[in-house]
This record gives sequence, structure tokens and C-alpha cells, in this order.
Amino acid sequence: MFFSEAGQFSTSYAADRRILRLRQERGVVWAILGVALLVVPFVGNDYWFSAILVPFLVLSLAGLGLNLLTGYAGQLSLGSAAFMAVGAFAAYNFLLRLPGLPLLAGFVLGGLVAAVVGVFFGLPSRRIKGFYLIVATLAAQFFVQWVFTQYGWFSNFNSSGVISAPPLLVGGYDFSDPAGRYVLTLLVVAALTALAYRLVRSDLGRNWMAVRDMDTAAAVIGIPVFKTKLLAFAISSFYLGVAGALWAFTYLGTVEPHGFDLTRSFQVLFIIIIGGMGSILGNFIGAAFIVLLPVLLSNLGGSLLVGIIDVEQTENLQKIIFGVLIIAFLIREPDGLASLWQKLRARARLWPLRH
Amino acid sequence: MLRQTPRLKPLFAALAIGASVFAGPAAQAANEQYFPLQSYRIGPYAAGGTGFFGGFIDYLQLVNNRDKGVNGVKLTWSECETEYVVEKGVECYERLKKGLNGAPAAATNPLSVGIAYATLERSTADRIPLITINHGRTDSTDGSVFPYAFPLQLNPYSEVSAIINYIGQKYGSLDKLKGKKIVTLYHGSPYGKETIPVLDILAKKYGFEVTHIEVPHPGNEQQSQWLNIRRIKPDYVILRGWGVMNPVALKTAQKTGYPIDHIIGNIWSNSEDDAEPAGDAAKGYISITTHPSGTNFEVLKEIDKTVVKAGKGNLKDPKGFGSVYYNLGVVNGILNVEAVRVAQAKFGKRPLTGEEVRWGFENISIDDKRLKELGATGLLQKLKLSCADHEGGGSVRFQQWDGKKWNVISDWVQADRALLRPIIEKSAAEYAKEKGITPRTCTKES
Repeated sequence: MFFSEAGQFSTSYAADRRILRLRQERGVVWAILGVALLVVPFVGNDYWFSAILVPFLVLSLAGLGLNLLTGYAGQLSLGSAAFMAVGAFAAYNFLLRLPGLPLLAGFVLGGLVAAVVGVFFGLPSRRIKGFYLIVATLAAQFFVQWVFTQYGWFSNFNSSGVISAPPLLVGGYDFSDPAGRYVLTLLVVAALTALAYRLVRSDLGRNWMAVRDMDTAAAVIGIPVFKTKLLAFAISSFYLGVAGALWAFTYLGTVEPHGFDLTRSFQVLFIIIIGGMGSILGNFIGAAFIVLLPVLLSNLGGSLLVGIIDVEQTENLQKIIFGVLIIAFLIREPDGLASLWQKLRARARLWPLRH
Repeated sequence: MLRQTPRLKPLFAALAIGASVFAGPAAQAANEQYFPLQSYRIGPYAAGGTGFFGGFIDYLQLVNNRDKGVNGVKLTWSECETEYVVEKGVECYERLKKGLNGAPAAATNPLSVGIAYATLERSTADRIPLITINHGRTDSTDGSVFPYAFPLQLNPYSEVSAIINYIGQKYGSLDKLKGKKIVTLYHGSPYGKETIPVLDILAKKYGFEVTHIEVPHPGNEQQSQWLNIRRIKPDYVILRGWGVMNPVALKTAQKTGYPIDHIIGNIWSNSEDDAEPAGDAAKGYISITTHPSGTNFEVLKEIDKTVVKAGKGNLKDPKGFGSVYYNLGVVNGILNVEAVRVAQAKFGKRPLTGEEVRWGFENISIDDKRLKELGATGLLQKLKLSCADHEGGGSVRFQQWDGKKWNVISDWVQADRALLRPIIEKSAAEYAKEKGITPRTCTKES
């Protein structure tokens, strides 16, 4: 009933190709954005902003970056954290060494540098694919971390190699308080998500999917396979770079190279596997799962189990529950949580008149 | 359609529980002072976390049971597991900073350089002291720029300076260091690198030759580094290790034939867990410590009597009682409680805000008499903090591993703090400039 398409006709190609074709979809998306921008900043508290919403948004964006590469273009990568690190350190250095550079321009430049590095590590994708490509991107993971620890210039010769973010000023407004950080992150993530929606429906997005599904066939019908793959690496790394800059600037406020280790790459990979490969919404669902569930479990463990079981046991128990949930979800829904949502939606469209 | 409704019930129930959990406990006035503990008891560094927070909690229990709290204000705490992971530490910080059941938070003690760096600005904004005992950011010693950070007792620069002073003592005087060779073997992380510049300065001043050799994290393979050391033939090796790197270094040193008693471990290479796994190779290994291990101190005996014997001890494994990490936790507990006590003398005998406790930390002054009252003679050093000096002590003792336990082999050795102060101030000033902070004027503070 609520999702009925009846009576909604496209009268032009442009209308038929728009991202949110249904009135209801547009309504829901704008409502969510409206609430997130106009209501949440006033009702949320510091804990929600700093510990839950900001990391959730940043990791969603990182997942989105990897999903463009892995879910859409079919190139496996374990270098996500490395590209995030490049973005973070590049943005920091641009803002430090070019006084007066606007913050957002710093983010964009950080993303661009990450894109260049991404293209470089994407070069092996000309010859190798699948698991072998993972090894090549793994090299990025270790190389980048090594460079940042080895050369003090990147962290402005800070003796411990930890960078700390400058004040968050955009257009004269200070976004340094928790609510401000949240709003800033939300705006960047929303803009980049909208861009991604358009991208995957453009020629380039179609090319990515063709290469993903069968690169020989894609080459036969005239798609420049190598260029398409490199563009996937570039754009994916751009997204990851911006995510890394946000992680450093709006979330933690400081960053050291070890903050972007292999664990982070795996975390981003799990987000897209659990959320759903080749889905944009899936990144948000996956990130919510990865960020929120452990926090919820740890809160529950802290308040319900205290005194009954040892602290160490509760912590390990949480890990077990989290792992079991991941396995259960993947057995029930191998295509990720996003496809669960798709199915729900398909049912909602028919409801209540199924027959 | 109606068939579907019952299925939703568990979902709503789950949501309701979730919402109530996130909403947190309702605020109510209580005559309690709260300590938010960002502890770690699982993960690769569990040994350190379990010992430290065990000692900390046991001391708080002692104060509650023996003295009925601090001037009648009960101490309370709750734990949040960080696994030594920065994001988890930040989440825990945000979760716990508001206090518990109306009891305000006194200070945070993450015992992790990474978490401390990430919560430094938050602590300043939220006005809650951030205690990094024996570690942390060196320049946060300058309290005029870092009002809420306290690298108590010993910052990384003092640590290195004290080691050099000790080596100088061994040769008779610091002038004798001229022409000597010292190698530092450091963990390839921000923590490991923190002291490179100050060692270079000291080398220039005293005329010894210093070589920095990095061991990449985690450090379970050090053959090439030690072969390199054998080639250099240094007079002393300073080990700035962490975790598994320490026993491996000792074993490899033995294999390459370097004399173990010429290796000096730093403050994070000084526990039983660093020496014991190396077996025989560790016999004779020297390390620094701010507090001896062992149970032969008044305060530990009292903890044993009132807390552990009563079955309330925090450690599950009684072997950890009196270990290096446990005693550090007790020392940390003493200093935190002392800050609360000092602040209560000024602001009244009631639960205090983080800002008031900070004043307490800045006015800690522990002399021999106070040490005796605390039952911590020999365990804790004399300590006097101020607005400008958030470190206070800067002395260490040296201990030697006999194959089974640590034995203290030196008196207190003082770091050359006058030499280090200008370096720290310069670094703090740079930080202030980068961040746009106007430093406090410490002479105006009361």
C-alpha cells in the first residue's frame, strides 16, 4: 500500500532514469536526511555523536569506497586502510603546509592523493585478478604504513609520529564540538553517497559491472577493461581517502599510522560482505552492524551481567555472540543484509493485497 | 497479516532494552566519587591491563573498606573493555565520562598511549584529568599548555635521561661517558620513537655515540638487529620494548653472545612477563622501575588483609599480587585518591568535579612523612606537582632479574629535569601554536 507504484508514470527518459523513481522513496530519503540534519543534532548527546554516529558514518563511507571497487568492479582489495591513511596524512599535510586552505578543500586534496596512490597499486590488476590481486593490495597496506612511520616529514616531525587535527572551521563556522563534527561528517558522507548513486548508474558504473561479471566478454564488446579497472581503483581510493581524513579529523582528532592497520582493512571488508556487495545501502547497514552491535552488546554486558559473570568472560562472550550473529546472517542471507531489505521491500509493495 | 504481529514482539522488547541501555542510568545525588576505568583484560596486552587495573581497583576497595571512602565520600568505579584499541577506548571514554548514578568522574586512566592521544582534547574540553602514569605525551608535562594531562612520575624523556645518568654512575661520572657506545633498540611505533631526539641531545652533550635500531612491530624476529649490535659492540644496549619484543630480545642477545647485564630495559620492558618467558637468557637483565615489585610494603599488606583475604581481590590469579603491573596499579590508585583528598581540602568534603580534581593533582605534594602515612615508603617516590609541572618525580630505581624475581639494585636515580625542561617547553609551545591554545600563566594560578 505504502509502496504502491500505481499511478506513477515516467513521461520522459530523464524522469525514468532518476535515482529515486518512486515518490515514496524520495519522501523517505528526504525525511531521513531531514531528521538526521535538523532533529538529531539537537536531541542527541555527546556519547551518541562521538562514539556511535560519527564512526558509523565514516565507516559507511569507507565501505562505500571499497564497495565501488569490489562490489561493482569486482576487484578484490585488502588495502582499504592504507588508502584511508594516505587520505588522512595527505589532508593533514595540505592543511598544515598551505595556511588558509579551506578544510573541505583539504579533504578533497587528501582524497585525490589517495586516488593517485590507489591507481599505482591498481596497476597489477592489468595482469592479475582475484586472490592474487589481494596480495598486491596487501603490499599497499604494509608499504604505506611503513612509509608513514619511517619518514617523519609526514607527521611534521612529531616525535611520536602521531598527527593531531587542526580546528574544524568551515566557512567561518566552528564544527569542533561533538554535534558539529557529526553534522560535518553527515554532510560530506551524504554528498559523496549521492555522487556514488549517480556513478554506479552511469556508463562507468555499467562498465564496472560488465568487467566484474566477465572481463573477457566486457573486452569483446569494446569496454576498455584496464582503464575501467584503474578508474575503479582511483574513485574507490578517493572515497577511502576522504573517509580516512574524516576518521582522523572529525572522529578521533588524532591519528597514527598504526590506526590504519590490516585490522581496519578487514573491518571495511566485513562491512561490505555483511552489508551486501554491489549495493550502496548495504554499506550503511553493514557499518551499522559492525559499529553498533558490539557497542550494544558491551552496554548490555555491562549492565545486565555485571556480578554474575567475570568481566573477562563477558568480553569474550560478546565476541562469541557477535561472531555467531555474523555467521547466522550470512547463512540466512549470503548476499548481505541489503538483500534482506530488498526482499522486505518487495513484500511491502504487495502488502496488503498479496494475491 | 495478523499472523505476523507476534513476531514483532521480541523485536520491540529488544529495542526497548537497547533504548534503556543507551539512555543510561538516571541521575541521582549520591555521596560518591566515580572512577571511569577504560580497562583491558583481553587481547594481546591483557597481562598489563589485568595487573594494572586489578591493583587500581584493589586500592580503591581498600580505601572504601578501611577508611569508609575519602572523608566519607565513597569511591565507585565501573569498567569498560578497550582491548587497547583506540576507537574502543574513545567509545568507553564517551560512555563513562558523565559519571555513574550521579557520582561525578574524577579522572581517566586509559594506560594506553594511543587512547591517551585520542582523548587528550576531549579531556580538556570535558574538564576531566587524563592520567598517563609513567607514559604519555612528553610535552604534556607542561601544564600551562596541557591543563588536563598528567604524565605522572616519569615521562619518556626523564626515563631516558635517568638511564643515561645510571650508566654514568656505573663508570664513575657522566664525563666518563665520552667515547662510549650506546645502542637503543626500539619498538617501531610512536611509543618507541618518542625518545630518539632526546637521546641525540644527550649523546651530543656527554660525547657518547648513540645508534638507534628499530625492531618492527611486533618484534618476534630480531636476528639481524642483534647481529648488527654485535658488529657495533656497544657498551650498553637500551631496550625500549613492548610485549613479545622483550623476551625475544633477551633470547637473541644470549644467542649472539651479548652480555645480558649490559642491557637496560625501559619502563615497559620491566615486568615479570618480559623477563620470565626468556628463561635463563634473562638472568642478570637490568631494567628501570618507578616502583619495586613484591608485597613487602605496608599498603600491600593492608590490601592483602582487608581485600584479598576477604575474598574481594580483583585478581583471579593470586600470583599477580605484588607484580610490577599490579604495584603500578596500586601506585596509580594512591595518586588518584591523593588528588581527590587534596582537592577535598580546598573545595569541601563532597564529590568533586573533574576540574576540582585537576586542582588536586596539581597540588599533590608527597614527602617522606606522607609516604609513611600512606604505607607506601619504598613503593612510591617523593612527588610534588604544580601547575607548570605535571610530572613531579622523575626518579627511577634499577632492578635486576635473578631468574625468578626482580631485585632492586640501586637507590633512586634522578633524571636531569633541568636539562629536559626547555625541550619540553619548546615542544609544548609548538603544540599550542598549531592548536591555537593560549597557555595559562602558572604564576597566577592559586
